[in-house]
Amino acid sequence: MDVAQPKDFLLSIEGLSVSFDGFKAVNDLSLYVEENEIRVIIGPNGAGKTTVLDLICGRTRASEGSIRFRGTELTKLREHEIVHAGVGRKFQNPSIYEDLTVFENLELSFPRGRSVLGALAFRRDAEVINRVEEIAEMIFLKDHLETDAAILSHGQKQWLEIGMLLIQSPELLMLDEPVAGMSVSERIKTAELLNTIIQKHSVIVIEHDMKFVEDIAHRVTVLHQGQVLSEGSMERVKNDPKVVEVYLGH
Amino acid sequence: MSPALFLFRKREWISFAILAFILVVVFPTLFDNFRLNLIGKYLTYSFVALGLVLCWGYGGILSLGQGIFFGLGGYCMAMFLKLEASTPEATAIQSTPGIPDFMDWNQLTSLPFWWQPFHSFTFTLFATIAVPVALAFIISVAMFKRRVGGVYFAIITQAIAAILTILIIGQQGYTGGVNGITDLRTLLGWDIRSDNARYVFYFICVALLLASLLLAQFVRVSKFGRLLIAMRDKEDRVRFSGYDVANFKIFIFCLSAALSAIGGAMFTLQVGFMSPSFVGIVPSIEMVIFCAVGGRLSIFGAVYGALLVNAAKTSLSETFPELWLFAMGGLFIAVVMVFPEGVAGLFRQHVEPLITRGISLVRIGKVRKPRPTAE
Repeated sequence: MDVAQPKDFLLSIEGLSVSFDGFKAVNDLSLYVEENEIRVIIGPNGAGKTTVLDLICGRTRASEGSIRFRGTELTKLREHEIVHAGVGRKFQNPSIYEDLTVFENLELSFPRGRSVLGALAFRRDAEVINRVEEIAEMIFLKDHLETDAAILSHGQKQWLEIGMLLIQSPELLMLDEPVAGMSVSERIKTAELLNTIIQKHSVIVIEHDMKFVEDIAHRVTVLHQGQVLSEGSMERVKNDPKVVEVYLGH
Repeated sequence: MSPALFLFRKREWISFAILAFILVVVFPTLFDNFRLNLIGKYLTYSFVALGLVLCWGYGGILSLGQGIFFGLGGYCMAMFLKLEASTPEATAIQSTPGIPDFMDWNQLTSLPFWWQPFHSFTFTLFATIAVPVALAFIISVAMFKRRVGGVYFAIITQAIAAILTILIIGQQGYTGGVNGITDLRTLLGWDIRSDNARYVFYFICVALLLASLLLAQFVRVSKFGRLLIAMRDKEDRVRFSGYDVANFKIFIFCLSAALSAIGGAMFTLQVGFMSPSFVGIVPSIEMVIFCAVGGRLSIFGAVYGALLVNAAKTSLSETFPELWLFAMGGLFIAVVMVFPEGVAGLFRQHVEPLITRGISLVRIGKVRKPRPTAE
């Protein structure tokens, strides 16, 4: 199907809806993300921010609408197939393997040997080790490779999960509140990290911390009651009277 | 984790060697044929416990129905042996000679078609593994593809164990009913009840067990083993790292079924019969207890757990038969509350540090020795 599109977006969401027991968590939502863009989604609690990410990564099935990623329809794919297509997802609470070391956490996320037989035959060769070390350096955990993930600090766990996404080399990373619970210095480092990341990836971030949003965002989308309330640069969104009323005002 | 040593680390190779030494040398020299046969019977349960270490300990999939696979493996072997024992000459007094005695008692006049292939030993060896694995595959595909897990999976496996028992007992004419398949005599013309045969079966059982340990270790140290731990911990994260989680669960469940089936077949050969009392809920839960007592994260613990609990069961039920169930319940509570990592955990916590200290003392001693001469 060669439908000419006005512009080649990396991700285009059109007419997306999902309802839980009659409640429309996302309602006829359309959203476009370009390549190498950092898009921040903000909005009050219950606006449907996390649900949008869940829909993109296949955790929740859409009732209506389409999500196209580089021309591939994602709504029909299963979770791991969406990952293979190039979409990575970080959860709100750091979701890492506590019983494994930092190295093993990253190694399991390395995109090779993902089938049963592949996993049995997987060998930890130089390529894997180099890549793990490279990523560990980026996420400030180079000196903690042999540490059990369980004893990392909260901020380090967040970084580790970001690293687990990076090692998959996804084209699109989706981060749900990556700086929640981080100290000020950790936030600054995370902003730095994100700025390195976007040289090669597009990123969708959900965030509440306005200072952080201003530091990183190219464009901001404000969600409210499952719909886009406003979209544009941080400056524009901040001065939008509708946004002030529902969200930023208090 | 140096790749120089194959499969095991140095310390694990020592554990493996010690276990092999105990099974191959110590037990056969220490015990008479009767006791050795008994140990061989206990060892058949360690195959099940080993499967549970992988499936439950590492993968977090609790199966309360391993008796299903143990039983099916055992029944496949028993069917072959029964057919061999039911020659027309040996069953001449029956109204239909040439079919197993229980079929004759139940007014069957010909061998059911699905018994026919069990005339072949090759087919039987194949079916011993294939039948239980096929059932495990069906169960696990149905469950895991629909993302049924945890307690629900445990309950369903338990229900299937109950169903299979009822089915076996109910279809007396085809299965031998509650008595099971008994009066097994020869394997390819060789009397399985002779001392000689029992001796040989013990060593076959040990060899298979050691091979299974190596196989389990191969899975454990591969990336698959780390994925099992990851799935137990954060299943969603594994899924969103690009793995089809259900496939991994199906594989490990089928592998544990295959191990149980080998145990079941060796049980039939060494004990000389198979009955529904090794299939149902109670034996299946006992198997989980063997694994828990041994230590659900230790492949060697599985073997020791099965040996210890069964030895305790035999000696206790010889003297106080009615006490055994209470002892079993108490044991399970003790494992959960006092030593959740089982015997292997106790060993790791209390004995291993002593050994390490001992070794380092000896080493220091060696270094110090030349000193007096220098002074």
